[in-house]
Amino acid sequence: MVRKVVRGFYAVAYAVKLCKPAVICAYPITPQTEIVENLAAMYANGELGNCRYITAESEFGAASILVGASATGARTFTATCSQGLILMSEVLWNAAGMRLPIVMVIANRALSAPLSIWNDHQDSMAMRDAGVIQVYVENNQEAHDMIPQAYKIAENRSVMLPFMVCMDGYKLTHAYEPVDLLEQETVDNFLPPYDPPIKLTTKDPLTFGCYAPPHCYMEFRVVMQRAMMRAKKVMEDVFKEWAELTGRNWGGLIATDYMDDAEIAVVAMGSVVGLIREVVEEMRKEGKKVGLVKIRSFRPFPTEDLRKVMKDVEKIVVFERAVSFGHEGPVAIDLKSALFGHCNAKVYSFAVGLGGRDIPKDLIRRCINNVIEGKVDEGFHFEGVKEFEEVII
Amino acid sequence: MKFFFSSGHGACPGCSLPIAVKNVLYALEGKCFVVNPTGCLEIISSQYDRSAWGVPYIHSLFENAAAVAAGIEAALKALKREDEGHVVVFAGDGATADIGVGCLSGMFDRNHDVLYICLDNEAYQNTGNQQSGLTPPGSNTTTTPAGKLLPGKVGKKKDMVAFALAHGVPYVATASVAYPTDIRRKVKRAVEFEGSKYIQIHCPCVTGWGINSNETIKVAKLAVETALYPIVEYENGELVRVRKIKERKPVEEYLKIQRRFRHLFKHPKGKEIIEELQRIADENAKRFGLDA
Repeated sequence: MVRKVVRGFYAVAYAVKLCKPAVICAYPITPQTEIVENLAAMYANGELGNCRYITAESEFGAASILVGASATGARTFTATCSQGLILMSEVLWNAAGMRLPIVMVIANRALSAPLSIWNDHQDSMAMRDAGVIQVYVENNQEAHDMIPQAYKIAENRSVMLPFMVCMDGYKLTHAYEPVDLLEQETVDNFLPPYDPPIKLTTKDPLTFGCYAPPHCYMEFRVVMQRAMMRAKKVMEDVFKEWAELTGRNWGGLIATDYMDDAEIAVVAMGSVVGLIREVVEEMRKEGKKVGLVKIRSFRPFPTEDLRKVMKDVEKIVVFERAVSFGHEGPVAIDLKSALFGHCNAKVYSFAVGLGGRDIPKDLIRRCINNVIEGKVDEGFHFEGVKEFEEVII
Repeated sequence: MKFFFSSGHGACPGCSLPIAVKNVLYALEGKCFVVNPTGCLEIISSQYDRSAWGVPYIHSLFENAAAVAAGIEAALKALKREDEGHVVVFAGDGATADIGVGCLSGMFDRNHDVLYICLDNEAYQNTGNQQSGLTPPGSNTTTTPAGKLLPGKVGKKKDMVAFALAHGVPYVATASVAYPTDIRRKVKRAVEFEGSKYIQIHCPCVTGWGINSNETIKVAKLAVETALYPIVEYENGELVRVRKIKERKPVEEYLKIQRRFRHLFKHPKGKEIIEELQRIADENAKRFGLDA
């Protein structure tokens, strides 16, 4: 294993190479572009074996090309974000329905309008219901490690669903961090070659993407839901295997700190978790019974794990990186539905850092302290917003 | 004939699509992967548990068949399975020229080794005759209805042959279900070329065009014999062959037996449209040297 200081986009591109995909296809979009640029450079230098690297005419085309490739039995990869992910969305729903284990990295970025190239989670949240597994990573080592695990989970015969590795755009993709780069042998021993029992071949002609009248449509949706629910156990097993193999234990569907005796739980996903962990550690030193819950898998949602760790908690603080307009933050919505009838804690959610707005440590600390001191109402709040006057025309 | 496309599918009586499909599959001896976007052919052939296909088949979405085909081709190369067969798209005119034109451009641009067949029935016929980019002028569709003011579709039939040629597609041709041996010959010729191939097959639609179900071939022939549907063949950008017409017929003979054009014979603007269609036919005859 070699420890190198690398940027996030290189860390994931390098991990993708080690997984030996047969077809890579993408369309450039900031801040994802450098991921596929790095793969293109490896391709140009003959480092990707017999892999085909295709420059698509759009993200919609890129995802569609991978549908064809994956159905033919190829391991596939793409990366995108923001508008590109939304443009792909029709194809991703289709890929999930056809049970194609396409793995993709989302360099999380805000949605237009107004146009923003900076980070939040609005893009991947819009794909919440598509039948695509969504895991959020905290740093570039976790992103690097997640790629082989993503393939192993997505390609598991009892799962067979697309997989999104969500990493914060710029904050992770462009950050320099020391990363222990995996070795080919390690990945080869961990991840078997992709050889699906069902694929497009003239040796055994099958029909993919049939249409289903009302008398048989529902059963397809039932098995998709079952596959998502089965994925929870598969993910836990794969995460455990990974920890044993590499010595790096990132946790299960969630990861917790100080939750054993916590009265206040702080919940978040992605790179902001690192900052929140610092605040929680400081508050613990001040004698405040605060704990941290990092949600790693957003789909499938870690309902049972959350019920277990939140059992005796009094208040829950959620830091949201997206909004479900007309309701509230998407993480709090799902959290409340998971805990309903299982936990009486009050839930306070704060949307922070939308469109790349800075998230200072003081802001995190203030939000948590306000909840502890009863200075803020339950429910949904925007934090870090300037004083401004809205004009209704 | 071995059944690569089985009977018992859901096509209307007199539908031309199975004629085109069977002849293409026969020419390829079933050694192919079929990609089929949403549309008539998909709906009549791919219901769950009742597939008509004896070759590997995939339907993904309405607008992405060219991209899915490109992905299959890339995967076959990456997995060293190219010898399994050709990658063929069967797409309707709307899926080709309208909603899927972006993916088609990408596939042509990258020159994927794919035979793209456009089954041109000149409107969205699966959903009941809405106009597409390949609907001819004057056609009465549900979204370009003939009314007091308007005489059916106003505008042109998009020139997808020129579109393919502009992309440098090595083999580009038109064909008609009226001439099945020509379809088979063109398919065999097309797959001799490395890279993208485009064949646009004129496919009359009994319900959308308003013709008798026993007149599909007659109508298809008249489209060719009036020079409204020129049968041409390009290799590496050069026009190498056309179907000559012995005694070119006036366009009225083609128009008058179809419900979609019938209003032209009494609408105040009908004469103008008929004259325009005759002008298009004359230009086709001159441009491609169709008159024998």
